Parts: sequence; structure tokens; C-alpha cells
Amino acid sequence: MNSDLFITPFNLGLYFILIYSVVRSTVWFMNLSRSDKLRLQRGFFGRPFMDSLREIFMESLLHRKIFKKNPLLGYMHMSLAFGWFLLIVFGTIEADFFGEKHLNPPSHAIFFRWFNPEHGAEGFARIYNVWMDLLLAFILSGLLLAVIKRFTPRMMGMKKTTKHTWTDRIALISLWLIFPSRLLAESFTCGAHGSGSFLTGNLGASLASFLPAAEIAPYFWWLYSLALGTFFFLLPVSRYFHIPVELLLIFMRNSGITTGDRHSSYTEVQTHACSSCGVCISVCQMSYAAGIHDIQSAYFIKGLRNDRDIAAITANCLMCGRCEEVCPVGIELGPMRLIERRQGEREDGKLRLAGKYAVTRIRSSIEKIPTQSFSYLAEEETEKADILFFAGCMTHLTPSVIVAMKKIMESAGVKYRFMDEQGGVCCGRPLMLAGRDREARELINHNSGIIWKSGAKILVTSCPICYKVFRESYYLEATVMHHSEFINLLIEEGSLRLGYLHRKVVYHDPCELGRGSGIYEEPRAVISYVAELQQASQERSMSLCCGGSLGNLTLSSGKRALIAADAARTLTMDSPDELITACPLCKKTFMQATKTKVSDIAELVAAALPKPLDKPVKRRTTRTTLNATGNG
Amino acid sequence: MNVKQANKFGFSINRSRLIDYDTSDRKVREYVTLREPSFKLCFACGGCTATCTAGQHTSFNLRRLNTYIRRGEIEPLREEVTRCMLCGKCLLVCPRGVNTRNVVAMAAEAIRKLERNEL
Repeated sequence: MNSDLFITPFNLGLYFILIYSVVRSTVWFMNLSRSDKLRLQRGFFGRPFMDSLREIFMESLLHRKIFKKNPLLGYMHMSLAFGWFLLIVFGTIEADFFGEKHLNPPSHAIFFRWFNPEHGAEGFARIYNVWMDLLLAFILSGLLLAVIKRFTPRMMGMKKTTKHTWTDRIALISLWLIFPSRLLAESFTCGAHGSGSFLTGNLGASLASFLPAAEIAPYFWWLYSLALGTFFFLLPVSRYFHIPVELLLIFMRNSGITTGDRHSSYTEVQTHACSSCGVCISVCQMSYAAGIHDIQSAYFIKGLRNDRDIAAITANCLMCGRCEEVCPVGIELGPMRLIERRQGEREDGKLRLAGKYAVTRIRSSIEKIPTQSFSYLAEEETEKADILFFAGCMTHLTPSVIVAMKKIMESAGVKYRFMDEQGGVCCGRPLMLAGRDREARELINHNSGIIWKSGAKILVTSCPICYKVFRESYYLEATVMHHSEFINLLIEEGSLRLGYLHRKVVYHDPCELGRGSGIYEEPRAVISYVAELQQASQERSMSLCCGGSLGNLTLSSGKRALIAADAARTLTMDSPDELITACPLCKKTFMQATKTKVSDIAELVAAALPKPLDKPVKRRTTRTTLNATGNG
Repeated sequence: MNVKQANKFGFSINRSRLIDYDTSDRKVREYVTLREPSFKLCFACGGCTATCTAGQHTSFNLRRLNTYIRRGEIEPLREEVTRCMLCGKCLLVCPRGVNTRNVVAMAAEAIRKLERNEL
């Protein structure tokens, strides 16, 4: 039993995972598109390389983003990742420095205590031993938290934790076994030889006092080596593959590679870089407000990884983007889901264990058969106009917003043409969200034609859904502006005279405008100009979805109502006089979910307009109202 | 009494009220109801049709589409279902909470599958 044979499982596992990682990353690199290959090559010899190293240190080792979310959760991840990293680094130094010779094989560093049982009796070695024990204690404290988290996720600020596949489970158990078995193995050896520091030394001495330490020690060294070996062998087929893949992802992202619109090496790298940490599950409103627990991004990615039929999961998502905002790995979850929505039907892969080790599995692109056709759309004649106003389908369901916009533009003396006054054509975004890009293109071409012919310089829209698609998928000369941006421009120009409304209001960032297009400041500037703006507990990038999202094709109206009610409750916590939003769809949804008055930002501004001079009965009162409450 | 006499009696066949069991195909209806059960809630008020974006440009009519699906009239459905823009206005006006967008999407899918003999 006292032979060195026990290092074999560790060695096999280590060399397997090293070779496997190299082969797989080479295949991934070869499968990149030509331009992405160039990006990555350029990234390796420039600034992005240093940025990547910094990011790897801050995120992959220290887990700064998770720390920000919850310090205890961050500590757990940091102690395991950074602690293990330090243990390997200092273990290697220890073996090199105190070992018989320099440049030892990795097993000599990992099992240093076995090969040097008497080591660390005095001098510098004694201090070094304290440090090594400290590192082990650091990791074990994190492990304890991990075990606690698995059984009571709420303690770590998590509402839910992920469900595992069986390979994940075995990998998890072997990971959990690694450090306690190291502790016991080292302790027994130290106990038998009277060496070791505060942790291994003391524990070893007390164990040796009533147990035959020298005989027991090899069993724990075997366990330690087996746990490591098993972990390495299961790494590529478990969620822990994220450990090596995340490094590659960081290099790729910092080199400027993006998800694009079809499956590629990069989407596969992103798929494997997901650690299933479950942060996306905690923030998902579908989970905590509507009680749907199986469609979150972690499960979506897991389905992709295991080549499952995930059509139902893919479709059932609000596309609000909150998960992407909090993802500690920075996976582009929205674009990934859209790629998958564009796919036609495919069979469930039912990957066996061997299949999961396959080095490349880029999902085939089966394009959906087009179902819609808009050949009936007649070409429209358009008048020339500098400023074009496109209300959007949804805004036609909230006519008060259109009335308000007309008032504002008239008051500011803006000469504009109302593009869809008689009802226009949809912008195409809803079709894109349903994975029907090709059909959406027809609508985009139709609308683009009208906009180009009008010669407009500014295109103002009242709907964030249209706004996003106008900006991203239309090729236009005109500057696209959401009406909140446009009103802000009018105020800054000084062409809009507004009173001040003595109302406390709270602002809701629509998903497509805020996270989708990065417009946070303009609406706030406009609101603060005319009313008192309260802060919401979840705003800006962490703003809630109203539940009405067109991103979800399958969600029932009952579940939508639950999400809307929850979001409205959170927003109106400080009992504001009005709930302001900048999206007609959010307005419609919230109106049914809360008793607080819900208005669009345009309506708020219209209320602050001075009363027209010819309308009021007494001319004298006009001035007072102008300064006080406007006509609202 | 033969058919000729019956016609004279004051009964006649109204084409739009006729369900032809020889051509009726329930597969699309079953496909849609299974995947979007809220379809069954529709009471044909026509709110969706009144607000429809596509309906302003062509004769697209969601209420009629509903009838076609229910009666299994595949031929007229085939053309009708391609016209929807999935904009979602109908979803917001529906008093019964029918997930109208998904009804159209599923019907379109069913038609395509029917054409390829996959249904």
C-alpha cells in the first residue's frame, strides 16, 4: 500500500484533460470564420491580450461580478477558484524549492506531502507550511459554503439553484471530495511523522493519537488522486468545462468576436463557458413572478450543450435581457436565443456519454420554412418631410400618446409628416423575435422605401420595439430617435416651453429602449424637467419587464398578468402619483396591473405644456397656470 | 319530397354556412389547440380583426381565420395565414386573453407541415 502507484489516476486525468483541451480549442479555432480568425490573431498580439489577462484575474479567479451581487456567494466562488489557483502555484513553487530536484512533474507538487512527509520542521519551510495550510483552509471554507448553498440557496442570496445532469452530479461529488481528502491525507501523513502546520499538523496529531495514521494515510491519498482523476475525466462533459473554456471566451470576446446571427465556434464556446451558476435563474421574472422554472438561460444553454430539442424553452422567454445583464461570464444570451429561434425543427440529439466528448458539435443551421408573405403591400406615395413621425402599431392602441405627441410637436413648431397616420406597416421586429427574419426583411424593405422617399433627416418613433429595429436592422440616412430623445432635443434647443408639474413620478425603463438600445438618460432628463422623479428599486439596466413583451410567443395571458402585477408592485413601492413609461405596450400592460395612473412620457410632457392662449376663459389665470400646473 | 321540391319550400343552402365533410380536415385545428389551448377561449367577437395592422392593407381577417381552422377548411386557410405580420395588436385587444399571435404562428406551421405530409 505504501507505493507511489496512487498517483496514476491523477496523472491519467491530467494528461487527458490537457490534450483534450488543446485539441478542442484548435478545432474551435479552425472552425472560426476567416475574419474572426484574424481578429483573434490580432487580439493575441496587442492590447486585447492584456485586457483579457486582467479580466481573467478579476472575473475567473476573483469573481468580482458575483461579489458585487452577493459578497458571500462571491467569497464562495473566489475561495474555490482563486484558492485552488494559489494552492497549485505555491504547491509547484514548494516542490521546486524544497523538493529533491527542480522541474518536477505536476504530481510531485500535488502530492508533495506524501513524497516529503518530514518536510517543514523548522525555519522558512515552517512558515511556508503555515501559508499552505492557510490556503487549504481558505478553500475548505468556500467548499463549506458551496455545500450549504446546494441545500439552502436562499442563504447565499439565490432564489433558486440549477438542476444537474448525472455527469454534473458525479463531477460535483468528485470536486467536493478533492479538498477534504487532501486535508485528511496530509493530516494522516503529518500525524504519522509529527510534521505539518496549524491545520494538518494539529488534526494529524489528534487523529494519530487514536488511529494507526501511517496505515490509513495511503487510502486517503488514493481517494485524493481518484477524486482529481475523476474530476478531470468528467470535465469536458460536465458544467465544470467552463473553467478552461471561459479563458478562451474572454480572449475571443476581447478580440472583438461577437455572436452574429448563426451558430459558430463562438456560440459553441459560449455554450461551454456557462457554469450553470444560476444567477440568471434568480433574476428571471418568469421564475419568481410567474412560477415557470424550466426555461431560464442556464437550462437553455444546458439544452444546447447536450443537443436537446429545446424549441419550447427557446420560445418561452420574454427576451427582456435581464439575465444577459447579470451573467458573470458575459454570454450573449439574447442573440443566442434568437439564433435558436430562427432554426427549423430538429430532432432531439439524445447524446450518449461518448457523443458528449466529440470535439466539435456546431449545431447545424436548418432554416425555418417561410410561412408569411407580404406581396400584397402596395407601394406608397410619400410627401417630402424633414421630420417623419412613425407611431407604430402599439401606439395606435394608445391614441392618447399620439395626441400628446401631436400637441408637443405643434407647440414646438415642428413641421413633420405622420408616416402611419392611416395605419402603417409593422416594423418587422415582432417577426424577428419570432425567428422569422426572412419575412421581416419584406416589411423592412417596404418601410425603408417610404422613409428614403420622404427624404427625412429625423425619424421619430413612439415605440421602443420599432426604435430598436429601425436602428439596428434598417439601412437609413435619417437619424432614428425615440420620442423621449426627440422631446429632450426640443427642450435643449429651447423650442419647447414647459411648466412644472407638482407630481411625484416613477419611471419604468422599457426593455427594448433601456437594455435593448441603451437609452437611460434622455427620458430621465425630460421627466426631471417637468416633474419630481422618484427612484425605483430596480431601474436602468436592471429594470423589470412589464410582462407584455412580444418576445414571447407562447406565454399565456394569465402568466403575463402575474409578471405585470409583480413589476407594477415593485415600481409603485414608494406610492408615486404616476407611473411613467416610454413604451405603449408597457403602458397598456401596466394599466391593467396597477391602480396608480400610468402615462407615457409624451403625455406627461403634454400636460406640462402651457395652455393655448385662446382657449382659457380668463386671460389673467393663464399666466398662473403656466407657472403652476400646466393644463394637467 | 325530392330536392327540387325542398328548394321551392323556402330552404336554400347558404355557401358560407356549409361545412363540407368531404374536404374538412381537423388536423390543423388539433395541432393548434394542442399547442395553444387558449384558442378554445375565442368567442369570435372580432376585436382582433378591427385592430389588425395587416387587415388595413389586405383582406386578412383573424376572425375568419378562426372559423377556417375550426371548420377544417384548409384551402382558404393556406392563403389567409401567410398575411399576418405578428405585430401583436390583436393580443392586446382580445377580451378573452387568447394568445392570438401564437394561434397564427401555429396554424402557419401546421399548414406547412400538412403540405409536406408531416402532420
